[in-house]
Formats: sequence, C-alpha cells, structure tokens
Amino acid sequence: MNLFNKVTDYETARNIFFDGMTLLFGGFGGVGTPPGLIDCLIETGVKDVKLIGNDAGFPWIGIGKFICLERATSLVASHIGSNPTAGDLMNRGKLDVEFSPQGILVERIRAGGVGLDGFLTEIGKGTKLAYNKPLIKIGEKEYLYEAPILGDVSIVYAKKADTFGNLIFDKTARNTNPFIAMASKVTIVEAEEIVPMGSLNPEEIIVPGVYVKYIIPSKGYNWKWIWEMPDKQLRNEPPAK
Amino acid sequence: MGDARQTIAQRAAREIKDGMIVNLGIGIPSIVPDFLDASIIVFFMAENGILGMGPSPTVNADGNLSNAAGYPTSILPGGSYFDSATAFGMIRRGCIDVSILGALQVSEHGDLANWIVPGKRVPGVGGAMELAFGAKNLIALMSHCEKDGRPKIMKECTLPITTYHCVKKIITEMAVFTIDENALMLNEIMPGYSMTDIKNNTDANFQVSAHIKATA
Repeated sequence: MNLFNKVTDYETARNIFFDGMTLLFGGFGGVGTPPGLIDCLIETGVKDVKLIGNDAGFPWIGIGKFICLERATSLVASHIGSNPTAGDLMNRGKLDVEFSPQGILVERIRAGGVGLDGFLTEIGKGTKLAYNKPLIKIGEKEYLYEAPILGDVSIVYAKKADTFGNLIFDKTARNTNPFIAMASKVTIVEAEEIVPMGSLNPEEIIVPGVYVKYIIPSKGYNWKWIWEMPDKQLRNEPPAK
Repeated sequence: MGDARQTIAQRAAREIKDGMIVNLGIGIPSIVPDFLDASIIVFFMAENGILGMGPSPTVNADGNLSNAAGYPTSILPGGSYFDSATAFGMIRRGCIDVSILGALQVSEHGDLANWIVPGKRVPGVGGAMELAFGAKNLIALMSHCEKDGRPKIMKECTLPITTYHCVKKIITEMAVFTIDENALMLNEIMPGYSMTDIKNNTDANFQVSAHIKATA
C-alpha cells in the first residue's frame, strides 16, 4: 500500500468487515453516517456485529438500515428513539443495548483514539446508566470510571479527504466522526470529494490522515430524510406488528 | 394535547432572556422558539454541533445542516459548527444558560425522569444527563398528567431517573412550579385551571408561593 494514496473501492471495504467485529460508526441521526459504506456493510452479509455510535439512526437511515436486519448483537449508543425497531429488538432480547450519556460516549471513544486509559465523571452516578462501572473515591467525592472504547473497524463520512486521509467535514455532519475516525484498528472514510495532497489548508484539517487506512469516493446520501418523507405515518410511528 | 403543548411552549418562551445561550430538547421544547419575542436575541445551541441556530429554512434545506432532532436548520452570523466532544464540553462546563427539556416525570426534589419507560418506550438518554448536570437553569416541560390521568409530578419518580436534583422549574398546561432547596413551590396557575385542579392532579407535596399569580 502506498502510504500516500489510500484511495480504494468498495470491494476492498467488503473484505475488511468480518463476523463478530466491533464496528464504530460516525453520524448523528444518520447525518454524517457514510451511506455507501452502510450499503456495503449490508451487502457483505456480516453478522454478530457489535455496534458503537451515537444513536440507532432511523429504520431507513444510516446505521438503522443495518440494525433492522438483526445482524447486530449489541449496540452502545446514547439514543434509539428514532428507530422503533431497535427498541423492539431490545425489548425482545435480540439486541443488547448499553445506553451511555451522549457526551460521555464520545469522550470514551476519544479516549480510545488518543491512547488514554479512561476518565472519571459524576455524570450518571446513582442511575441505571452507571451499570457496573467502577466507583472511584478521590477525597470526599465518588466518580464513575468510564473505560476507553476501541473498535476493530470505523466507518466515517467526510466532506473532503486528500489522498493521505486528512479530513474535513460538513456542518453538523461532523458530530462524532472525528473521534470515530481515531478509535479503530482500521478506519475507512467515505468522502464526498477526494483531492490531491496539498489541496487542503493544513490549518483547516480536522482529522490528520495518520488515523485513516482507506478512503472511498461517495455518491452521497441515498435515503430520504425524515423531513422529506411524504407520509407522517412513516416518521415516528412504531412499525405495525 | 395540541393546545396544551402550545400553552406550555408559550409560557416557557418567557424564560428565555436577551443574550442567553439556550439548549432545547426534542418534543414540546422544540416549538418554544415560535413564541419568542422578535426583539430577543439569543444563541440556540444544539448538541449535534451547532451554536447559533437560525430559523428553519423554507427552501434549499441541507441534509448536513440539521438540529438535534434531525430537521433542517440554519446558522446565524457568529454561529459555529463543532464536533460532539466540544458540544458536550460546553454543556458540562456550564456554558448553557438555560436548558429546556421534555420530561416523563419530575419529583418534588427536582429529580428528572425522561429517558425510558421500561418495556415500552425506549428513547434513550441522549444528552439529557449532561444537560441536566451542566446547565445553569434546567426547565422541564410536560403535560401535567398521563393520558390516563395519572400525575407526573410525584413524591418520587417511578420511572428510571435521568439526573437527581436538577430541575429548577416545571411548566405544565396547568401550572408553573419552582424547586428550591429540594422543596416544590407552586408559583403560577395557568388560565382555565384552579387550585383544586392542581391539587387533584399532583402527587407531590408542594407549597404555595405567597406571590402566586394567575398567568395572563
């Protein structure tokens, strides 16, 4: 592999996904989730995937499309309300969901991505979301210990990538992507635009390419956003039983 | 409930003052801006990475420029985009003047429950724990009772807690309560309701403010 040309195709990406992998996905309600890589993931037929990301998307948007296929065994996320199927799978014991406060989750991923061993916080203490996290007493105060998160594969959506994998993002599609990009053994970036090295202003690069293994050109979003759906029934109603 | 949502949002809008940094949750809080006085200038912050949200665009909506509920928004001059870690950094650090969240139940101690109805609705906690932890002022909006009439302002919440001792004010279609030093205080009675209505529909113990007023 040429260190300075990481651009490849979906065929390569297909061979990276494997059964039982821990997959970190960028995006917030599907905004900033890589559409081509989600379809690629679905096409591979991989199963028993452990998912980690902000939320469960919508049933037809983002990671939600994959969750609805019942090929994920677990999900660590902050919110699944926009994907009623995820809640249904959880209630039927088919998807093991660990909820995390949203910013704590992203800091756990960040900790993994920057080589830290976790951090302490009071947020979530005494609630069901403390799960079995260790309590650490320092002075008079008790804190929850939050462990770092590392994945096998990360999938990321960027506005622009140069061929080294330096990344910039688009508006609110940035969200968790910079940290997702940093926290797996293999990071695959789907980029709306791929440019030669030297084309990006070094001051404006959000993620340095050192974290990126592969870059794949994007065809853009291939789903309708909730506000584009004609039928209100499709919006937040649980699917008919 | 349609009218009740409007009533609650309209009253909540009066809590937003000029110059504030404001975070609005999904549900009733999301319609609060519809009732803001045009003379008030505030920066709305959304935890998906935007400070200084403008009005919803009527044309040319951009899928990559959305609010935390996934609907299109816009950005005002001086606004900024940032990643999720920065978003929650400013939330935990106390940079948000007022956070207005939807609630399922609130206890008389200000405990907030809004993330799960076990076995039924499973929305998840989202950013609520951190907003509740970090915001200078946390206001909970909800209908006064469940659809079947059970009170939602309780001595102790029966649903799993999001954050303990965090709610400073509760606004329902019937009343406005404040919570100070862990004591619940009735401050306002909303139009069309009486003290009897509130007593009959509130499980929690509460005191009545000496300055109680009927909301105009």
